[in-house]
Amino acid sequence: MSRPGFVLEVDRSTPPVVFHHGDTLRLERLPVGRSRIVYPAEPLEGLKDPDEAIRQALLNPLDSEPLPALLAPGMKLTIAFDDISLPLPPMRRPDIRQRIIEAVLDMAAAAGVDDVHLIAALALHRRMTEAELRHAVGDRVYDAFAPDGLLYNFDAEDPENLAFLGETDEGEEVEISKRAAESDLLVYVNINLVAMDGGHKSTATGLASYRSLRHHHNVHTLQHSRSLMDRHSSALHHSNWRMGEVIRKAGVKIFQIETTVNNDTFGGDRPLSVLQKREWEWTMADRASFIGLKAGLDRMPATARRKIFNSWKAPYALTSVQAGDVGAVHEVTTQNVHAQQLVPVEGQTDVLTMGLPYICPYNVNSVMNPILVMCLGLGYFFNLYRGKPLVREGGVLIMTHPTPWEFHPVHHPSYIDFFEQVLAETTDPVEIEARYEKSFAEDEWYRHLYRTSYAYHGVHPFYMWYWGSHALQHLGGVIIVGGDVRAVRRLGFKPASTLQDAFEMATDVVGPQPTVTHLHNPPILLADVT
Amino acid sequence: MKALQFERNLPRYAAARLAGSVVPGWGGAWGPLRLRDTDVPALPTPEWVRVRPRLSGICGSDLATVDGRSSRYFEPIVSFPFVPGHEVAGERDDGSRVVLEAVLGCAARGIDPPCEACAAGDVGRCERVAFGDLEPGLQTGFCCDTGGGWSTLLVAHPDQLHAVPDELSDEDAVMVEPAACAVRAALAAGEGDVQIVLGAGTLGLLTVAALRQFGRQGTLIATARYPHQARLAKELGADVVVDPDEAHRAVRRATGAMVIGDTLTRGADAVVDCVGHADTVATGIDVARAGGRVVLCGMPGTVSLDLTPLWHKEVALVGAYAYGREADGRRTFDLAFELVREADLGRLVSATYPLDRYQEALEHAAAAGPRGAVKIAFDLRNERERESL
Repeated sequence: MSRPGFVLEVDRSTPPVVFHHGDTLRLERLPVGRSRIVYPAEPLEGLKDPDEAIRQALLNPLDSEPLPALLAPGMKLTIAFDDISLPLPPMRRPDIRQRIIEAVLDMAAAAGVDDVHLIAALALHRRMTEAELRHAVGDRVYDAFAPDGLLYNFDAEDPENLAFLGETDEGEEVEISKRAAESDLLVYVNINLVAMDGGHKSTATGLASYRSLRHHHNVHTLQHSRSLMDRHSSALHHSNWRMGEVIRKAGVKIFQIETTVNNDTFGGDRPLSVLQKREWEWTMADRASFIGLKAGLDRMPATARRKIFNSWKAPYALTSVQAGDVGAVHEVTTQNVHAQQLVPVEGQTDVLTMGLPYICPYNVNSVMNPILVMCLGLGYFFNLYRGKPLVREGGVLIMTHPTPWEFHPVHHPSYIDFFEQVLAETTDPVEIEARYEKSFAEDEWYRHLYRTSYAYHGVHPFYMWYWGSHALQHLGGVIIVGGDVRAVRRLGFKPASTLQDAFEMATDVVGPQPTVTHLHNPPILLADVT
Repeated sequence: MKALQFERNLPRYAAARLAGSVVPGWGGAWGPLRLRDTDVPALPTPEWVRVRPRLSGICGSDLATVDGRSSRYFEPIVSFPFVPGHEVAGERDDGSRVVLEAVLGCAARGIDPPCEACAAGDVGRCERVAFGDLEPGLQTGFCCDTGGGWSTLLVAHPDQLHAVPDELSDEDAVMVEPAACAVRAALAAGEGDVQIVLGAGTLGLLTVAALRQFGRQGTLIATARYPHQARLAKELGADVVVDPDEAHRAVRRATGAMVIGDTLTRGADAVVDCVGHADTVATGIDVARAGGRVVLCGMPGTVSLDLTPLWHKEVALVGAYAYGREADGRRTFDLAFELVREADLGRLVSATYPLDRYQEALEHAAAAGPRGAVKIAFDLRNERERESL
């Protein structure tokens, strides 16, 4: 029986707490008597028979006919699936997408459907490599479709393969994959790692062009998404839902398949299993394991550490699968996400601390550059709340991460220019959007790299920066512990060598003896703050 | 009178070269440069006048000389012992302030008729710098007959002197000569939509200012290694300031170029290299567009580089030396005065030293970048003997 998440008040008996520090680890003590730690729930048990659960979901969908009833010979079927950014870390084989796509294809074959395309719905993310596609969909599906060009990455910059479907009531243009728009049925295969994912966002974002995305991937929308994990309070989601309505009215029939996984990120074997265990419950063996792990990581060169962590596959278990109407499906999905992740928390504090791990949606098999550190901390982890942020307005966020001044030149070329030229001028997202976004979005070289190499789109670093704009508005200061000093300053944040120094620096902003909340993750949690 | 004198002394020259290679500026302590009590220089002809330096700058070419890094190219046009210092703001015997135009052309040398270059006003291209009334010396500060700025008195031909307007400070005035070099380079760069200045030391910053003042208002990129240089480059008119390693990326973004291998398909219309090392010359050629131009401003060193890109892209590599008269007929120094006034360039004088502390001054000048400085100068205004000379 897994125990729920909870809030621990720090007292003298509280042992040091594990903070992720990129691909290394720290043990930190929090101020006694005025700190609390929000712990995630333990992993829920997975479904006993995932394949049967999937089959049942396809046969008994929500607010829809069963999938076989929607399949017929001569029809155009498109299966879109979430890209490399989910789940995090990548899961062990067989990936959920493989299970689902195989089940869908079996039903399609049985129905005599022979015009099938499979599209990685990556919007303006980078293209997935062959190895990554094979991991997601399995070798059987890959070998059956990819050689004939029927399994491919969505290209948001291919004018021949985009369809303009109309505008929402608020003038937001909706332009998506032409293949998807003109198919008789679009099956979307989703993994809902966090409550931000899924719903109408799957198609309206995952298969959309820049012309569409700019209507909600902008500073104003993201400043009014409070939070990104609560679609009812998120301007981003409101926009996607409006676009979903345009897509529906344009006649695009979507059979949405959404899944949730538990938060078993590090499994049950040491040494990594220790990281999702509550510190006061560590056995001697756990402690020894942690010490050995930390010592080993500290001695390794960064490239070796990165290789080790990049090769880690999470033993996630499927906890729910539902299919059918987008809206109906997503409601159930969200309930299941909450069942695993929601932790009730009372009140806000002056300071929020978090240890940032080595991975975010945009550096899978890659390097976490400083912009991604900002996005992970201020964009994602800051937004892991419902109700109100864990830290009060004007409070301080303290994150631990090495923040290396390092970029993957193939995956993130536009990020390098964004960091070197744009952030050197200003860190104000409003000014950045006004002065620079267009030139990056329309840069021919970035477009070329996005379409033919494995590069994130030229505009993508902007979206990373905008992701943190609600946090930037809300916070009085951001401090990074243990980061490259120059890189941290370039981000507009303050560097600190130790957590204690950071607390000292925070008092300049929030006053003496500030209260502290530590967000203990991964695994992920969603704070329900009242 | 007090003067820093550079003697012909091969062993000391070798020591300077060695010391300067360890710590830039150390050649001042170990080399042939010495603070001496010398005779007041004689007037070569009755036309000549005496000038008491007030502020005298330390230039990159001076540092190269002190550290034994000067090219042997200059040997025939330098006469020993000489007193360095060609960036001079001084005063005449009547107390009027002047700036020195250091080149020793035909007029200064009493050569009549003047050579073709001097006749056209382009004294920097004078053919006679080793002839006439003076010993060889391309400029004051490299000639044994004239003295130089690093002293309490030098002599100058009236044609070399420009009056300093009252509204300009001594700091403004000492920047006029290096500003003139920058103006020369900026005008040699020509017009263009995208221009880049490599290096943001004194000359680089002045060139940024000159390009903004006298060039077309396109995109101006500058490379700067240190934060204060980046800040000043922006203040003086650069649109984009990047780390030197980012020059290629900055030009790519500004021109919208694609990349083939390491080569940009499009580049800057003009590059002004104010560093003069092999890697910056190579960078300049790399980031220039086909048919573009790379201007070497400030004394370069000996370089070894692959000229294939220059040949293939038909890039012009040109030098910009000193000053004279520009294409519109104006004297470079007049343009330099205008630039100093408009851009408030006196603020680039970061620190001054008395002659007695010349070793510190030279080390500071050699490490200006990492030490947050731009121009270092000698301050002769408080030298006691000035009034009695």
